[in-house]
Amino acid sequence: MQTKRTIFPSKLLPYILLAPQLAVTLIFFIWPALQAVKSSFEREDPFGFRTTFIWFDNYRRIFADPNYLSSLGRTAIFAISVTLLSMAISLLLAVAVNRLLRSGKVYTTLLVWPYAVAPVVVGILWWFIFNPSIGLAPYILRGLGISWNHRIDGNQAMILIIIAAAWKQISYNFLFFVAGLQSVPQSLNEAAAIDGAGPFKRFWTIIFPLISPTTFFLLIININYAMFDTFGIVDATTSGGPAQATNILVYKVYTDGVLNLNIGSSAAQSVILMLIVIALTIVQFRFVERRVQY
Amino acid sequence: MVENRPFLTFLTHLVLIAGVVIVVFPVYLAFIASTHGPGQFVSGLVPLLPGPHLVENYSTIWNEGLSSSGAPPIWVMMMNSLLMAVAIAVGKIAISLLSAYAIVYFKFPFRLLAFWIIFITLMLPVEVRIIPTFAVVANLGMLNSYQGLILPLIASATATFLFRQFFLTIPDELMEAARVDGAGPMKFFRDILLPLSRTNIAALFVILFIFGWVQYMWPLLVTSDSRYYTIVMGIKRLAASADSEPLWHLVMAAVILAMLPPVLVVIFMQRLFVKGLVETEK
Repeated sequence: MQTKRTIFPSKLLPYILLAPQLAVTLIFFIWPALQAVKSSFEREDPFGFRTTFIWFDNYRRIFADPNYLSSLGRTAIFAISVTLLSMAISLLLAVAVNRLLRSGKVYTTLLVWPYAVAPVVVGILWWFIFNPSIGLAPYILRGLGISWNHRIDGNQAMILIIIAAAWKQISYNFLFFVAGLQSVPQSLNEAAAIDGAGPFKRFWTIIFPLISPTTFFLLIININYAMFDTFGIVDATTSGGPAQATNILVYKVYTDGVLNLNIGSSAAQSVILMLIVIALTIVQFRFVERRVQY
Repeated sequence: MVENRPFLTFLTHLVLIAGVVIVVFPVYLAFIASTHGPGQFVSGLVPLLPGPHLVENYSTIWNEGLSSSGAPPIWVMMMNSLLMAVAIAVGKIAISLLSAYAIVYFKFPFRLLAFWIIFITLMLPVEVRIIPTFAVVANLGMLNSYQGLILPLIASATATFLFRQFFLTIPDELMEAARVDGAGPMKFFRDILLPLSRTNIAALFVILFIFGWVQYMWPLLVTSDSRYYTIVMGIKRLAASADSEPLWHLVMAAVILAMLPPVLVVIFMQRLFVKGLVETEK
């Protein structure tokens, strides 16, 4: 790993400098993670007196549990929908802003601030809009002949959390798409225009392929976001209901572990989530390596 | 722009205005709701135009809070959030600056190991280690305390990487010149490295302040004493009580107050915000 050509000769100082970061990391990250792995192989009796080592029983039980499998499927649907919806809207807005010169800045300011809104607050905002008794959206939908009640209808609850989660992520994707679009050389675009390619053809044959590294990066980040940072949104809107319809993995770990105190099962679910994050992080970093050479 | 196409320009503005409406509308609706009296939310449709109770609602929620929810007045929770967000941002920046400095400017045994231990934190968000982390904090006696809210969140791989990348771009000659002039490692760090890192520190502060402010699951776990509630977690309690009684006007006033500080930071420090966001994710 890279360092400077000349370095300070001190023996003890670097350890002192690293101590705070390593202490926090070991105490609050590594140790708890190891504990989670350990208790995922154990069963605790109801009074917490004795724990028995049970190998992969917790995992076997999870993967035999229809609730867990359906949660896995719903998480996939949720993550993919949020990612596609949010990225599509953001790309459209970024392309539009990129066409403008001066007014683009004003639009950018108006579009980026939802990044700073907490997920749980986002959940409350959309919960208010879709509130079955007084909300604006159910009122309009009633006019169209659709009766909206996400407290009863699982699919509607899923749509609600997808909309809320995608809304929050628009600003983030937008900023990265704008940065990606600005790095496309203008000369390519002009050359294609001289050859007679219209704006839409130019977008799909030149610009879209050239920003594909950004698109791929955002794909990973968005899946990560939808799987792990949406706890607040689910908690504020549906609390995983109705009938487990929106009980995505990260919410299920919380309810099983913290509310129902099923430590072994929750730990095993944590470990599975850890493996998912590790996989996503590896994909993300390998891709960054390649982007440097791109 | 390559060619002049008036219709396409018109379409561009149309798309952007639609986008702005989508982004702003939920907050507009919440703001409007926060300016009405309780009678507006009993049945039918939510109001779409401002009402006369703005000052009254905000001063009620700011000074008294919602008595039925068991949450303290908003100003208490806002102060807790502010303290937590600033402490997390400052803490993350401080320990990351030090560890990046150690990794770049020194050679020592286990340097690579230290780097990897820091890297691993990227893969361990709170959500995947909830119960054991809670147990650690409980054993250290830090439940219901500011240390408990702040300390477990201040390890930062991204900040360390950002500073490491930045330190690597600083010319070696600077350090050599400082050594020739007799500066020790801490003097070089304080008088040369820190001033050079100013912009990066500021950009990172904006991002980390937002990160600290929007924390939800962690405060929910470690605080049961309402004196330590942060606004973002307290607001969920307010909202839950709005379901049984029509208190939407007060809840929405609290929602607006809860999002105001970080949103203002983004709007007024947009350049630093964009720099921080794009660079930390690289």
